Amino acid sequence: MGRAMGLVGLLLGLFLLPAVLLSTSFRHGALRTEPELAEWEPISDTVPEDSLWPLPQWLRTSRRQLQLAPGRFQMVLRTGSSAGTACGLLQDAFRRYYDYMFGHSDWGKRGRRPLGARAEPELLQLQVVVESLDPGCRGYPHLGSSEAYHLTVTEPVAVLKADEVWGALRGLETFSQLVHEDDYGSFLVNESEIDDFPRFAHRGILLDTSRHYLPLKSILKNLDAMAFNKFNVLHWHVVDDQSFPYQSIYFPELSDKGAYSYNHIYTPADVRLVIEYARSRGIRVIPEFDTPGHTQSWGKGQKDLLTPCYNGQQPTGSFGPVNPILNTTYDFMTKFFKEISSVFPDAYIHLGGDEVNFDCWKSNPEVKEFMKKQGFGTDYAKLESYYIQKILDIVSSYNKGYMVWQEVFDNKAQLKPDTVVEVWMGNNYAHELSSVTGAGFTAILAAPWYLDYISYGQDWKKYYSVEPLNFPGSEEQKKLVIGGEACLWGEFVDATNLTPRLWPRASAVGERLWSSRNVTNLQDAYERLSNHRCRMLRRGIAAEPVFVGYCAHEARGH
Amino acid sequence: QLLVSVATPGCDGFPSLDSKESYQLSVSEGSMLLSADTVWGALRGLETFSQLVGRDENGMYYINQTEIVDFPRFPHRGLLLDTSRHYLPLRAILETLDVMAYNKFNVFHWHIVDDPSFPYESSTFPELSKQGAFDAVTHTYSASDVRRVLEHARLRGIRVLPEFDTPGHSLSWGPGAPGLLTPCYLGKSPSGTYGPINPILNSTYEFVSSLFKEVSTVFPDFFLHIGGDEVDFTCWKSNPQISAFMKEMGFGEDYKKLESYYIQRLLDIVSSIGKGSIVWQEVFDNGVKVRPDTIIHVWKESSPPYLEELANVTRAGYPALLSAPWYLNRISYGQDWMAAYQVEPLKFEGSPEQKDRVLGGEACMWGEYVDVTNLTPRLWPRAGAVAERLWSNATVRDLQDAYLRLADFRCKLLGRGVQAQPLYTGYCEHEFGG
Repeated sequence: MGRAMGLVGLLLGLFLLPAVLLSTSFRHGALRTEPELAEWEPISDTVPEDSLWPLPQWLRTSRRQLQLAPGRFQMVLRTGSSAGTACGLLQDAFRRYYDYMFGHSDWGKRGRRPLGARAEPELLQLQVVVESLDPGCRGYPHLGSSEAYHLTVTEPVAVLKADEVWGALRGLETFSQLVHEDDYGSFLVNESEIDDFPRFAHRGILLDTSRHYLPLKSILKNLDAMAFNKFNVLHWHVVDDQSFPYQSIYFPELSDKGAYSYNHIYTPADVRLVIEYARSRGIRVIPEFDTPGHTQSWGKGQKDLLTPCYNGQQPTGSFGPVNPILNTTYDFMTKFFKEISSVFPDAYIHLGGDEVNFDCWKSNPEVKEFMKKQGFGTDYAKLESYYIQKILDIVSSYNKGYMVWQEVFDNKAQLKPDTVVEVWMGNNYAHELSSVTGAGFTAILAAPWYLDYISYGQDWKKYYSVEPLNFPGSEEQKKLVIGGEACLWGEFVDATNLTPRLWPRASAVGERLWSSRNVTNLQDAYERLSNHRCRMLRRGIAAEPVFVGYCAHEARGH
Repeated sequence: QLLVSVATPGCDGFPSLDSKESYQLSVSEGSMLLSADTVWGALRGLETFSQLVGRDENGMYYINQTEIVDFPRFPHRGLLLDTSRHYLPLRAILETLDVMAYNKFNVFHWHIVDDPSFPYESSTFPELSKQGAFDAVTHTYSASDVRRVLEHARLRGIRVLPEFDTPGHSLSWGPGAPGLLTPCYLGKSPSGTYGPINPILNSTYEFVSSLFKEVSTVFPDFFLHIGGDEVDFTCWKSNPQISAFMKEMGFGEDYKKLESYYIQRLLDIVSSIGKGSIVWQEVFDNGVKVRPDTIIHVWKESSPPYLEELANVTRAGYPALLSAPWYLNRISYGQDWMAAYQVEPLKFEGSPEQKDRVLGGEACMWGEYVDVTNLTPRLWPRAGAVAERLWSNATVRDLQDAYLRLADFRCKLLGRGVQAQPLYTGYCEHEFGG
């Protein structure tokens, strides 16, 4: 019965193909005009479960559906190179995506449903063809990695082609979003063709583990959510004034004295776990060790690192930024950044350099003496640059590139040409982007995406509506904006509220950084985002609601 | 041994507005005594006792010698949850009741239905939830669910105040009760959309009467909240039968009079069932003739300013509840708990009798942007600020001290498994998910 039906179905399919093609819709990041959705209409009813987020660059879907049988469907790796077909990273991804697609339902428990019950042809396999497995499989993603992929979903075998494993990961995510379950528990996917690549190469999330410690589980959950949204950089702002949770191998006292408690620490094993967990999702981990400001917690475990503040001739007992006039400072930083360079495999380290308060330096007689000797006058920005310069040189000597907050550029430090400047100040950031790129430096944008600044209502719209390249500048300048980051500073955030605060609001930033510039329709985004939110819920991410409504599967675990 | 002594029995009863929640706690070497007039006071005292017990670095539990005499400043200390804008699974409601008890809240205001969905399974009108819930199977509260909530609350000395808000906020009632809502008109023909409950039909009052009869038997509290807020007159104005009725009744163009006509009849229905009514402030503002013991719920922050409204309501002789400055769903960046804490409900010009009419207030967590994924961190510890304002003495206002105690309390909540968010930078011994 099954086979005969299949053949008949195939013939019928061929017969109906022209009719089907007529109903094929082209979505080239196209604008759709939809009727105004009454604000309280439940979205779950009206949006197809296979809507995508972020929207691919080029997408063609048809109404023709294919069935998947969880017990038979396979994901198979083929490679263009002769290096063999073993790739742990992709095998792990296959397993993960299999669970995301089929795992949340209880198809296993219900027993196999005969496919003959539906007329759709069966999709047996997703063939993943990666042009070059190396160095991806065992290597790390980097700024220049290719994340492009081409996906063809048609029976009996769908094909996902990518130059590198990173593109395969992105394509797997998209494929998993296309597969949906119908009311009868059957798994379906529409015939589609997708050609996709990210608009921006640097799409990051900043997490702050100093203002509040974040348990490992929380960080890993967040990496999962990032992968669902095609984010590819975890900017780990690991230490700051309040606490120093990073357990240094060379300087164990830093966390011994500087962490909130021994339970609030990231051991080398913890750090390795985060890096590997991220890598298997195609996510770079860029650590930030912010100096010379934001360093109160460093002083607890490293004597004489911070500048003693003075009241007249007397030290007050309190400390300011890192002391830029002592050789011991640079001896320490040389050793410290040697460790950081080897612990974190990414080509870049974020060195911070923001919000340096000069009051303490100004009060210190030795610093004042140094200023005179150096001929800096009373311009403490010069002292700040003097310090930063030396740190930049130290880090360069370890063959790392560096990212800095915008003050480092604003205060005219001498930067290497491949320095990435992170623009964070909200006041006229477009102007700053012009300046930074005008001076020839690459820039990433964070200013409009401080997600810790919560407010009442659908603020995702505000994040979605940002256009990073809306600044006065030449084509070459615009090319220097390599992406952006959604920042979740930790003053009011820890594991109790991180996930709902970050998701799905950060998803808006994710689409802005991946999808085409002309994907701006808020109504369409609202529908797809609401659906994507339900999808994240199904995958165990406690993303908060976009607006009034419900998700079909949320009430489980009553 | 903690000896608990309760003067009046009442283990099997329900708490009420008049329940006495005072208690005395005496902890000294060789003797620990908690005494209260009622079981409700004993519950409050137990909570306090549990907060006094500490644990030292060696793992030893200890308690300081203590003398406490305590009673609430206001008898009505409530929390509103909205299960219509988003369905809340039972466990979320039950957990919220637990944390309410930790904070000495004693009223759960269940805003159970509204425009977007009708999750309440009515035995008299099963079609209401069948047609009006987001999903009639997975997103409803069955009779046994409701009983569970009632009992879980009762065991914590918490009253359950149900709200069936009409005539506005009732779009979800329409599908399951054809003819209940006003059909809106476009010119001479119905547009296909609906507005508030239709106040001119007898069938409306028969329906509402039956429903509220059921509600009054399901929910044991003396009071029912009947809503009455934000009625949009556009649809009524468009409907020719209503226009005719307005003329008949001599209401002119004043649709507030029509609204009041409806509310009046509803209030009469409720009191004929033997229940008391709580209404949103519009009912008072629109000059509806309400019985003197109708409680007016002040929710608007301005027009007029809420303190002025409290003065007006209490001067007119009515009891009042305050929610206006305590809309916890309105999130903003920073330590907004401080603004909630600094509210002084009695800071208006009035006689002592007037001030006595302010029964208390409620922190509201409207559900447009809230469901089980973010309910607990958004509620706690922010609602704790409201809890102290309503329980503690008016002179307890020091923000610095409150910060320290609330931050410590938040760590305690974490220890009790509550996903309460941080107040500010810092840490707890044991982090959530750590």
